[in-house]
Amino acid sequence: MIVFDGVSKSFGAVRALDNFSLEVKEGMVYGLIGPNGAGKTTAMSILATLQLPDSGAASVGGLDVVRKAGEVRGIIGYMPDFFGVYDGLRAGEYLEFFAAAYHIPAEKRTNLANALLELVNLPDKGDVYVDSLSRGMKQRLALARCLVHDPKALILDEPASGLDPRARAEMKEIIRHLKKLNKTVLISSHILPELAETCDEVAFMDNGRLVACGTVAEITAASRGARQVRVEVLERAEELAGYLKSRPGVTEMFVDGTAVQFFLAGERAEQAGLLQEIISAGWSVVGFGEIKRNLEEAFMAVTGEEVESFGGN
Amino acid sequence: MAEINPVLSKELRLRFRTAKTAWLIALYLFVIGSFVLGFMYLNWRHNPEYFQPNLNQELFAVLSVAQLVLLAFVTPGLTAGAISGERERQTLDVLLTTRLSAGQIVWSKLASSSAFTTLLVIATLPLYSIVFIYGGISPWQVLGVFGFYLVTMFLFGCIGMACSTFFRKTGVSTVAAYGIAFVLSAGTGFLAVFLNELDRFYHNEMWPTASWPHGFVSGVIQFLQDINPVFVLMKILGVDGIETGVSFGLPYWGDYAVFYLVAGIILLCWSARMLSPRKRIYTD
Repeated sequence: MIVFDGVSKSFGAVRALDNFSLEVKEGMVYGLIGPNGAGKTTAMSILATLQLPDSGAASVGGLDVVRKAGEVRGIIGYMPDFFGVYDGLRAGEYLEFFAAAYHIPAEKRTNLANALLELVNLPDKGDVYVDSLSRGMKQRLALARCLVHDPKALILDEPASGLDPRARAEMKEIIRHLKKLNKTVLISSHILPELAETCDEVAFMDNGRLVACGTVAEITAASRGARQVRVEVLERAEELAGYLKSRPGVTEMFVDGTAVQFFLAGERAEQAGLLQEIISAGWSVVGFGEIKRNLEEAFMAVTGEEVESFGGN
Repeated sequence: MAEINPVLSKELRLRFRTAKTAWLIALYLFVIGSFVLGFMYLNWRHNPEYFQPNLNQELFAVLSVAQLVLLAFVTPGLTAGAISGERERQTLDVLLTTRLSAGQIVWSKLASSSAFTTLLVIATLPLYSIVFIYGGISPWQVLGVFGFYLVTMFLFGCIGMACSTFFRKTGVSTVAAYGIAFVLSAGTGFLAVFLNELDRFYHNEMWPTASWPHGFVSGVIQFLQDINPVFVLMKILGVDGIETGVSFGLPYWGDYAVFYLVAGIILLCWSARMLSPRKRIYTD
């Protein structure tokens, strides 16, 4: 549904996108992850036909975003990271205005606006002036605005930024509902755990490049090509560490009380083999298991950045 | 029935929903009314017995010039924030991703501002009725003045729109629009008078300067007069401008209308082009 094929874009000396390629299949909720300046907003604005790529091609639903920009606008709903609303309009009027801008027939607009307000959980706000809505409500109204023309794909740039936990949970719920409606959603966010819960697949971006992509499970497990394993024994943990150092595929080890943590190259079979070796060598094993990394740790591992330098506006 | 452009409809709704608009109309009428009634008061102070009907043409001129000055202030100011205001409110990107073209957005913004300035001009009609009480002014003259206002407002509005598209900040855009409107309203007039003085100095019967391009300068003076709103308004009111003997094949008001309409359309097209993604600057 959404394809970037070797897209590059520069602003003066700054290379915002560098040979960026990505494919998002129909009906998928796809997360775009990266620090500020990674190129997420540029990628999204190219899809939204607001920017032209310097080279490469991008398309939505098979329509090239440069040559068929008008048609692309008809099948996408775009929510920028920072956006304003028309304060002098009521919420219902706001949606009806955008429905008119998408050439929806006049007689359908009022019902459509009411249905969309219902969808984003603002059913009683149709006659309320937009400027009196809370930030979370405005975000949801903006999401409803993206849906007025029943687009196939939604491009949501930081839709949860600045929202309180309750508003973020509501936004997440709406995105899940959109997936049920078979919408393709490309979403960027700094709040990685939320993306992990919401997205089918994620892509890591850094310095305008695609660094890694895949399902959350794949990406958290395979970000270093090795799995982190923790072995807890009754005694002689230091000695176990020395023993493990000599085993093939074992790296980055440290002892934590009676437990040893290390990275092990390979899949589950290698883990089972190693456990058998440890027991055969005479250690009393209390616990053995893989440590699941979260998306944030995986991102740091892939990009080699510190946690502190990532996130936040 | 054709539907009104959504941006135009929204702009009109927003403009006329606020009390600010009513206050602005009231202030406008108060200022123009002050000119007219002040003029009549001064006349009455000199001749308390009666109002001299022959002063009616002067009253009409005062009213018309006051209106032109006010429109020169109001029109560019209204349109100078049309696009930059959307940009500052962060609503422009969303608007540009709808099915509306950049041209439709620019045109409807101008139309909504023009609708308001036209309302201002129409609201002054009762003041013009004072002029008709004493006679001496033909209805055609009044219609001519109103047509002149519409053409002038169009270009001034387009200047504001072009500045609004080009400059990111409304403050800068407004200053630029007023600057260009001032050059057009006053600069061209001053330049025409200055060139005429030079022409009279270098091209006279006693000491004619052979190398002085009198024909070319006369053409420039005539052109500057023809595009200067004050000169043109004076001509409509029956006051002759600088005599050059040059004609561009159209009556003076034809030159004015053609220049203002063509320049306005060019500025509108340029504004629409500037709004398209090809020209926009956007940073991550």
